[in-house]
Amino acid sequence: MYRYDEFDQAIVDARVAEFRDQVARRLNNEISEEAFKPLRLMNGIYLQLHAYMLRVAIPYGTLDSRQLHMLAHIARRYDRGYGHFTTRQNIQYNWMKLEEMPDLLADLASVEMHAFQTSGNCIRNISSDQFAAAAADEIADPRPYAELLRQWSTLHPEFSFLPRKFKIAVTGSTIDRAAIQLHDIGLELVHGAEGEIGLKVLVGGGMGRTPLLAHVIREFLPVADYLSYMEAILRVYNRHGRRDNIYKARIKILVNDLGPAEFARQVEEEWAALKPLGLDPPPSELARIAAHFQPPVLDADAPVEIDLSNPEFANWVAVNTHPHKVPGHAIVTISLKAPGEIPGDASADQMDLIADLAKAHAQDEIRVTHAQNLVLPHVRRDALFTIWQALKGAGLATANLDRASDIISCPGLDYCTLANARSIPIAQKLAVRLAPQEADLGELKIKISGCINGCGHHHAGHIGILGVDRKGEENYQLLLGGSGAEDASLAKILGPGFDENGIVTAVEKVIGRYQSLRSGPGERFLDTYRRVGAEPFKEAVYG
Amino acid sequence: MAESTLFRLRDDPQDSSWAHGDPAVPLDAYQAGGTAVRLEPGDDARALIPHLASLRRIDIAFPKFREGRGFSAARILREAGFAGEIRAVGVLYVDQLGFLVRAGFDAVLPEKPFDADVARATLARFPHVYMKAADTARPVWLLREERALAAR
Amino acid sequence: MPRLLTGNRVETGDVIWWTGDGWSLHLKDAIAVDDSGEALIAQFSPQERINDLALIDADPSDAGWRPRTTRERVRAVGPSVRPDFALPSIPVESI
Repeated sequence: MYRYDEFDQAIVDARVAEFRDQVARRLNNEISEEAFKPLRLMNGIYLQLHAYMLRVAIPYGTLDSRQLHMLAHIARRYDRGYGHFTTRQNIQYNWMKLEEMPDLLADLASVEMHAFQTSGNCIRNISSDQFAAAAADEIADPRPYAELLRQWSTLHPEFSFLPRKFKIAVTGSTIDRAAIQLHDIGLELVHGAEGEIGLKVLVGGGMGRTPLLAHVIREFLPVADYLSYMEAILRVYNRHGRRDNIYKARIKILVNDLGPAEFARQVEEEWAALKPLGLDPPPSELARIAAHFQPPVLDADAPVEIDLSNPEFANWVAVNTHPHKVPGHAIVTISLKAPGEIPGDASADQMDLIADLAKAHAQDEIRVTHAQNLVLPHVRRDALFTIWQALKGAGLATANLDRASDIISCPGLDYCTLANARSIPIAQKLAVRLAPQEADLGELKIKISGCINGCGHHHAGHIGILGVDRKGEENYQLLLGGSGAEDASLAKILGPGFDENGIVTAVEKVIGRYQSLRSGPGERFLDTYRRVGAEPFKEAVYG
Repeated sequence: MAESTLFRLRDDPQDSSWAHGDPAVPLDAYQAGGTAVRLEPGDDARALIPHLASLRRIDIAFPKFREGRGFSAARILREAGFAGEIRAVGVLYVDQLGFLVRAGFDAVLPEKPFDADVARATLARFPHVYMKAADTARPVWLLREERALAAR
Repeated sequence: MPRLLTGNRVETGDVIWWTGDGWSLHLKDAIAVDDSGEALIAQFSPQERINDLALIDADPSDAGWRPRTTRERVRAVGPSVRPDFALPSIPVESI
């Protein structure tokens, strides 16, 4: 994975020093909260319901064991012993003290980590495929392109005060694990006519108040010029994106208002002006970064057959591992979704354990998924049993990947000032209720947000739940038919909302109807819904 | 009042008429040959490109903190070769100085005056930059390339 | 309806409640500020030591104040999903 050189380190160290000064000026009352708030937000620090929250960037969701150990240390030293992995592959801490934040950021910088641009109206953490460099289905590792984007977007002088936040995802596979159709910019590595690698460019996707799928504005962008092309997109957006209404300020609204063809034309025109300015680094820079992402040397003769006589272990292998591109190896997903627990939360001890396992058995790499789980990407199959036993001892061996209890949930009204309703308790109740039958249900993605901003990706849920405020009471809307994968679609509201118990019952009725309607055990809920439409489910819930 | 809060990074004289004289005129009142003009956030900076030879100072307005279009406007003017003063005017904080300078501004007239020490520290803060912009800072990819060449 | 004055301490982010002569971490120590609330906010705001100063509605009960909204009950007690962190002012299960 990428290692900082002296330049990267100097920039991150300078950021820590800058923020130390800014905090000191705030605590000395040299600056008001009004002036300080945008400064702390640009460093990922929010004031939430109970305390400050810090969002730490995990670029493209990749960590090594040293970094995960540091995240555990931070949970213990500065927080209450846990952290929350987010749908942007980042980690959030909930109980931060402003006065301790500079020391915390210095600790992070010591392991090449930071909180640059994890909030604010700027280019946010670049997200990517959690199976990068391990999945057999990828064209190439997307992370070098993501890392170059990270560097290019860090403290960008023109694009740090955009109309609204800006999220970019990069994938190297046609199997979309990065939700590229639901990002401000989605990039997919593709082959050109000569077999060379380029980027397909999608713009204007997103969830939130106005959910929209992205449009392809360029089928093939040569990698040599992709940064100047990004500059062109961002400049068109920065100049023409709406600033009169924050609910209409995302790039998706601009793309929709102009139409994708006109938006693409303006980008090409801007690009023609920018490309000759020498903004693109030479190919040697991308090659330098790519050299950090050389695939690990794995033993292709490692045994494929392993002892699966323990049924619980065999089930975990079947559900939570994927085939690796190298025979005899597997990709392990560690579920942070034990039914009844808080989705995405991990204790410091759990983080330390996973870091140790990664060091011993997974080429020292850990990935964070946008579904709030962790991944060990390069594992020999003959080490799986050892790993499973260790995970089981720590409550981390739940075999539920992509199943009914593997629920995405934002922090909701238990932590977040923006939330209208709690999401975690709904996730907990549903997971406990659905876990016993989830093996029969197969792939079923339930996603819960506590407000319209949609951090819990409810519009991309096979079953989505949106918490709203109805006259001071928590109320939950039910949405069906969304997907954030390569078959992306936006979930639609089924009908009137429910209270906390009502929504759980409603989801159970939907699932019951699916079981009676599905054409066979291979037909997922999403496929059945797409085949029969909303009506039978409406009838099951409201009839 | 303007004199007391103007933060200026240019060497040319401050008492010349275009630096502190008549207020810059709005874009729609600008007439060819004028030396100073003021761009509002929605104005197209490229409309000034035919006039850059006569212009000496271009003010760019930031009526609120969330306003960021001026960063593009300044950079577009520098890309077009404008070497006169580009002044950011409005709701601007000292901590934004690094962004402003890199985007091509060389003067700031903030609502509230900048603390000179903080301004100096802010401008000296980052030893390296990741991307080319409107200033003369050389991005790290260039430094890396030079170092790699020298090592050969 | 009784109104309470609350905010977050700038150094720590802690939720705090106005007690009449100072600030407490505990809702149970709060006093009703009622009509003097706006004046207190006008007094404290310029000092810039407490963020997000706000007046919230609460009902008196045998067990003490009960804020009207779920949001303010969560603020007063802690996350409903972490009863191990709950502050003692309201039973966490009654959020």
